[in-house]
Amino acid sequence: MPATIDTLTTKFPGAFTVSAFKDNARVELAAETAPAVLFDLLKCLKDECGFDFLADVAGIDYLNYPGAADRYAVVYALANTATAQRVFVKAFANDPDPELPSAVPLWKGAEWMEREVYDMFGVVFRGHPDLRRILMPSEFTSYPLRKDYPLRGLGERHNFPTITRAES
Amino acid sequence: MPVDVLPIADEAGADQEFLYTLNFGPQHPATHTTLRLVLTLDGETIVKAVPDIGYLHSGFEKLGEDLDFNQYVTVVDRMNYISPFANEVSWHHTVEKLLGIEVTPRCKYLRVILAELARINDHLLCVGAAALDLGALTAFLYAFNEREKIYNIFEAASGQRFHPGFSRVGGLMNDITDDVARLIRDFLATFPKAHADVVRLLNRNRIFVDRTKGIGVLSKADAISFSCSGPVARASGVVRDLRKDEPYLAYPELQSAFKVVCSTGGDCYARYHVRMEEIVESVNIIKAAVENIPSGPVNVALNDKVTIPDKTATYRSIEGLIQHFELFMWNRQWAPPVNEVYGATETANGELGFYLVSDGGPRAWRARTRPPSFIHFAAFPSMMEGHQISDVPAVLGSLNIIAAELDR
Amino acid sequence: MAMTGYLPDFLVTKLDYVASMVRKHSLWPMPFATACCGIELMATASSRYDIARFGSEAMRFSPRQCDLMIVAGRVVMKMVPVMQRIWLQMPEPKWCISMGACASSGGVFDAYATVQGIDRFLPVDVYVPGCPPRPEQLIRAVLDIQEKVQRTGTIDAREFAARSAYEGPTALARELGAEEAIVAPGDYRTATRLRTPLN
Repeated sequence: MPATIDTLTTKFPGAFTVSAFKDNARVELAAETAPAVLFDLLKCLKDECGFDFLADVAGIDYLNYPGAADRYAVVYALANTATAQRVFVKAFANDPDPELPSAVPLWKGAEWMEREVYDMFGVVFRGHPDLRRILMPSEFTSYPLRKDYPLRGLGERHNFPTITRAES
Repeated sequence: MPVDVLPIADEAGADQEFLYTLNFGPQHPATHTTLRLVLTLDGETIVKAVPDIGYLHSGFEKLGEDLDFNQYVTVVDRMNYISPFANEVSWHHTVEKLLGIEVTPRCKYLRVILAELARINDHLLCVGAAALDLGALTAFLYAFNEREKIYNIFEAASGQRFHPGFSRVGGLMNDITDDVARLIRDFLATFPKAHADVVRLLNRNRIFVDRTKGIGVLSKADAISFSCSGPVARASGVVRDLRKDEPYLAYPELQSAFKVVCSTGGDCYARYHVRMEEIVESVNIIKAAVENIPSGPVNVALNDKVTIPDKTATYRSIEGLIQHFELFMWNRQWAPPVNEVYGATETANGELGFYLVSDGGPRAWRARTRPPSFIHFAAFPSMMEGHQISDVPAVLGSLNIIAAELDR
Repeated sequence: MAMTGYLPDFLVTKLDYVASMVRKHSLWPMPFATACCGIELMATASSRYDIARFGSEAMRFSPRQCDLMIVAGRVVMKMVPVMQRIWLQMPEPKWCISMGACASSGGVFDAYATVQGIDRFLPVDVYVPGCPPRPEQLIRAVLDIQEKVQRTGTIDAREFAARSAYEGPTALARELGAEEAIVAPGDYRTATRLRTPLN
């Protein structure tokens, strides 16, 4: 793991901060640098450090989170299939229009995961081949997993006509 | 009529007018659940398959931000609903990682035993249902017979046949009784015969082999690129099993009991084989675990302030009473560090991980699930191109797409 | 002596009674299985519980051939139009079982996407509680439907015309308050239509 961090430090000096918790090593990109650096950093991790497996793409909304500077984060969980190491790349984005580069050119599997992040948080991935809603109906107007969206929704779930027995 | 009279479209011109679109689902017997595919067909051949999912999206992750660590077990159970206990293990593995709890040895073994039973359950249903879609009803019925026995074990252990809700932060709901141990031993004694029956029914069954061999091939590079894990990846030659790579719970002590099952075929037949062999390995794990299960408490000590005390401790000791109060008052409960952690375990479908963000409260700030079904289904369109429409059920069955896990 | 010696040459009964008696023993379920309850429904139909013993074995996945819809599992926003269309496709006489807590009331999924009970949008005849219900409970529900068919069934399904009122829940606990409920924009009835062209 330190070797990986050294490789990244020589290639992207000052672009990221490193933190760790338990066995998770995290590489964090602030919202200013993330759009420019993220793709190259993931590419470097994939090609030079052997992290060839994209385990997960997770979106997080840090609205009102204690000590949070930026609002949205997208976490790319990478794994090395040869050595079973993991590294987490966390890129921040901010309102009004959160945007990050897409990782689809590196991993085909990123396509759906990024669509899901877009569907749930509204983070736009630049360069994504097919950025549509994936889980919610395409008519849906909000981003459900944002913290300012209520748990029970805004009444969308009852927005259907009723069929009575005599009509059917 | 001589053939050359008919106008034959040249290859370059074989375009739009010969293609038509077929809607497959969302309510279709071969999808088992609620998937929808929009297939572009050239006669019987699939030119393009576009999945349209979300017909079972019920807001799991939003609920995870609303329920505390113990309550969310109820919901996690309903993710991969054919091996519920494996999801609980994964969730509480992550929560315990965040809280820094080391569960007791007995609890580790019990979780491993029950999670492996859940894995057997899952593989049995996957194989049985895949066979059912291809027309083999008997294998399905045999598999369901064995599943009923596993359900009985879960019911005896937890009181719930289907969704046990058995795991808790720092342990289990209760210890298993001798009755459950007897049921598990009986199951281990009778299961190999049933397994052999299914193997005899399917392994060399001409129809089954013809309809699965060479169908839905997923190459090794694609499997990695599509982030596949579990049996789907292992059938394509990706040797990756979290039970070996990142051993958790009691797996470090059980390393000698099982091997990682791999195949290089990458087709539906290879995936079927990997699942059937994994069942055997799971039985070996359970056997070894039952032999070596340590005695002792099943929950971590009361003084750690994380486990729910049992009734006796609640009613008869002041510490138990206080702790019960602490764990059930919504503003007290646990005090995790303000941090985030990713924990993953190997469930029947692959790597089920939770990315858990905590703000120091008893509820997750974000409980992101890494759902294996979702990720495997993303690979489905590329596996499907050029196949016949009748291969769709075979590939769907071999990928074992669980809609609740797919859509969450 | 043959049995026929004891039987009268003709029977007098109500045509409705005979029709209902025949119908109730040949229910054709249409398993609208979405989630966990669907697996329990499969268990009910497979070896141990064998719903065929009660004359409702012929599960057909085509709504045109069925007269009993078993909604097993939670139904979400995207699925409601599909469910309603399938219900409308079924020929009369038809009945509906709402299997499990999610289909009946939303269950544990009180979230933005899950419908809080399908009875808001469909006429439900029998509710089955449980999460998921045991196969015995589902069999019991089928027996209840049989009883209902026997008691109310008519040969030309005229008993349904009387049920013109809305049969769903009227007042719901934990409903949204007036200040936080808005009628959301968008017409979700066409949710199965792909708006954006597939590229």
